[in-house]
Amino acid sequence: MGRIRRLAWRGIVAAALAATLPPAGAHAQSSGKTLSFIPEADLKSLDPIWTTAYITRNYGYMVYDTLFALDEHFKVQPQMAEKWTVSEDNLVYTITLRDGLKWHDGAPVRPEDCIASLERWMKRDVLGQTLPGVIGEMKAVDDRTFSITLKKPFPLLLDAVGKLSSNVPFMMPERVAKTDANTQIKESIGSGPFKFAASEWVPGAKAVFVKNADYVPRKEPPSWAAGGKVVKVDRVEWLYIPDPQTAANALNAGEVDWWQQLPQDLVAMLAKNKDVTVANVDPLGSVGVLRFNHEQPPFDNPKMRQAVEWVIDQKEMMTALAGDQKYWKTCYSYFSCGTPLANDAANAPLAGKRDVEKARALVKEAGYAGQKVVVMTATDQPIVNAQALVAMEALKKIGVDAELAAMDWGTLITRRASHDPVDKGGWNIFFTWFVAPDMANPALNAALRGNGASAWFGWPKDAKIEELRDQWFAAPDLAAQKKVAEAIQTEAFESVPYVPTGMFQIPTAYRSNLKGVIVAPVVFLWNVEKS
Amino acid sequence: MFSYVVRRLIATIPVMAIVAGFVFSLLYFAPGDPAAIIAGDLATAQDIARIHHQLGLDEPFLVRFWQWAWGVLRGDLGISIFTNLPVWQLIQQRLEPTAALTVTTLIVSIVVAIPIGVLAAWRAGTWIDRAAMAFAVLGFSVPSFVLAYILILVFSVELDWLPVQGYVSIREGFWPFLQHLILPSTALGLIYAALIARITRTSMLEVLSQDYIRTAHAKGLSSRNVLVGHALKNAAVPIATIIGIGVALLIGGVIATETVFAIPGIGRLTVDAILRRDYPIIQGVILLFSAAYVILNLLIDLSYTVLDPRVRY
Repeated sequence: MGRIRRLAWRGIVAAALAATLPPAGAHAQSSGKTLSFIPEADLKSLDPIWTTAYITRNYGYMVYDTLFALDEHFKVQPQMAEKWTVSEDNLVYTITLRDGLKWHDGAPVRPEDCIASLERWMKRDVLGQTLPGVIGEMKAVDDRTFSITLKKPFPLLLDAVGKLSSNVPFMMPERVAKTDANTQIKESIGSGPFKFAASEWVPGAKAVFVKNADYVPRKEPPSWAAGGKVVKVDRVEWLYIPDPQTAANALNAGEVDWWQQLPQDLVAMLAKNKDVTVANVDPLGSVGVLRFNHEQPPFDNPKMRQAVEWVIDQKEMMTALAGDQKYWKTCYSYFSCGTPLANDAANAPLAGKRDVEKARALVKEAGYAGQKVVVMTATDQPIVNAQALVAMEALKKIGVDAELAAMDWGTLITRRASHDPVDKGGWNIFFTWFVAPDMANPALNAALRGNGASAWFGWPKDAKIEELRDQWFAAPDLAAQKKVAEAIQTEAFESVPYVPTGMFQIPTAYRSNLKGVIVAPVVFLWNVEKS
Repeated sequence: MFSYVVRRLIATIPVMAIVAGFVFSLLYFAPGDPAAIIAGDLATAQDIARIHHQLGLDEPFLVRFWQWAWGVLRGDLGISIFTNLPVWQLIQQRLEPTAALTVTTLIVSIVVAIPIGVLAAWRAGTWIDRAAMAFAVLGFSVPSFVLAYILILVFSVELDWLPVQGYVSIREGFWPFLQHLILPSTALGLIYAALIARITRTSMLEVLSQDYIRTAHAKGLSSRNVLVGHALKNAAVPIATIIGIGVALLIGGVIATETVFAIPGIGRLTVDAILRRDYPIIQGVILLFSAAYVILNLLIDLSYTVLDPRVRY
């Protein structure tokens, strides 16, 4: 009897337990109104003017809007601007905002907001910093219109204001934009297509955006950052999953909808899943960079830098970095291939047959005394590390006594600021990469500058490049700009501020029920819907 | 005992002060500059120097230490360099997932380990004992992250029973909460289960050879009563000690587990902060960990008074 009672109790408990449990497979699937997205990095800062981090730029595109924006034809199009006029002497730009633009707190967007936003951006951005020397005055004309008066004609004004990548001149309310440019802003009030749900932000794990119901998109179809930003989901959740295998499993299981950047070794695994689409949504890709320290021997000698040019094989570099050729291409230009200024001028040292003998001769000519060369690599950055390992072999081929200094990225970017000799903690070579829009022209390509101690790490000194850069700013049209760009490149292959190591694309993967993914160099989450 | 507890709590102050000083010094002298990370890849040396100055990172060591220590004394752990959010707020956001993972892991470990350990001691030398000890060796040998991937592959990807990643608060429902913790706590718990099972077996073997156990058997008590009521109770002090040590080890173990299962806990907060040199977070979390260790040790010591009536403070 006792046994029967025990069995009965067990049955009741088991049935009760079973009733409380949902059926298998009914867990955590991403809902139709929510887009679950694994971004390229953790969102750490909410100020896209204060930092150049791409993840914060992407956040900026969600929350903020821009006056002008670049489209897929590299043309600057009005975004918040309804129209603009330029005076006959090319000195006064008058910009009228679209009617009904509102901040996320409901206040109207005013010209004063835009002026303050531009002023803050001009203090931080590499291109924006050229504008104070050009702009005489910015003032509001009426509730929707403001003017920019120049001291001298500057044909690139709208290109600067419509800049695609960091720092993007996002518009912010005046009270926010008045924040010191070197201090992070504390609010997330934009006028963009999404509102940031600050209360749900868990740094290192989750950032949530909700659809801005008051946003009025433009009528044009989306084209890169330009066109209509039509939001087709109620909510976007950025889920930062640092472990690639976990991210892959989550996508395979349908717990997330989109993984922005997947490592090459997981492409094949995800491609096998018919519910997952593996694609390239960045039409331009990114550019690998081998950077010399121009202040320290032996690469203070241009002959040594030229020698490296003759042995760096972009195919080897990119194969190590990106694997399948579907995801990389050679690019023997100092301007990103696929952008208007890319050209072949004087590129034989990089594009021609790899010539170890010639490189050795250049090393000898340079009088290389066999001193140790420190090549820095970041082992937590596969893109950086792959380039470093391939370059080490190339350096050995030409008789350079190269030593690989392995560290994490946080240490590398601190050490690269050192001007000291290598025996006192300095360095000779490091590697990095930029998205193609950041290397598309002389204004944006920071690594190309030759302004010595004020230049980007490595500090090349090349007065000719600086002079040509100024000419480029004054070039009246694209044809003239191209001509100057060719001259800059010719000089760059002589002075070798850095060696471009090729172009690569980082594949993306999303559930096949996602539609409307925008193909662009920056990830945009409007226009995306779940079927 | 009250005065003992008070004395122990007062003794934590110098311990934590030493930890704080040590951690601060370590970070001060460690390579890496948060200003360089904040400024981004396109920044110039001048940009970095400006941010460095703005963050007060160019202040002398003692000035920085005093500013931080004075804040801590007032209950202010500082502001995260990157997110601009108070460190205490970030820790609070992460405490629940880590606490939940730790507790469920402990439950898994204890529920698995103690019966195995008792059974192995009771049937010492038999195949049951050998199987239990084989489990212990396996538990020690397989890293938790390897086990984690195997569990994900089987139960999430193939069977689709449990989620791959994430954490759901208990406030959003008990089942979703539990569902997200089953795999991580199993992956992490088996190592500790192996450890506890071994100690339980050893301790039980020693107790089972005592005269009073023979007497209990002679009096006709059932094996269950002897094992649980007499032997296990008397073997409990070493087991409690190892469980306490296990909790301390868990704090380290959660870092890998939280990463694999994308659980937004303290472990991941620490790793992220270290990678980007977010000093206030690192200092705050380590201070918290040291406090947790000290309190945990105190609780273990106090548990002896319950488990062994001879122990008095």
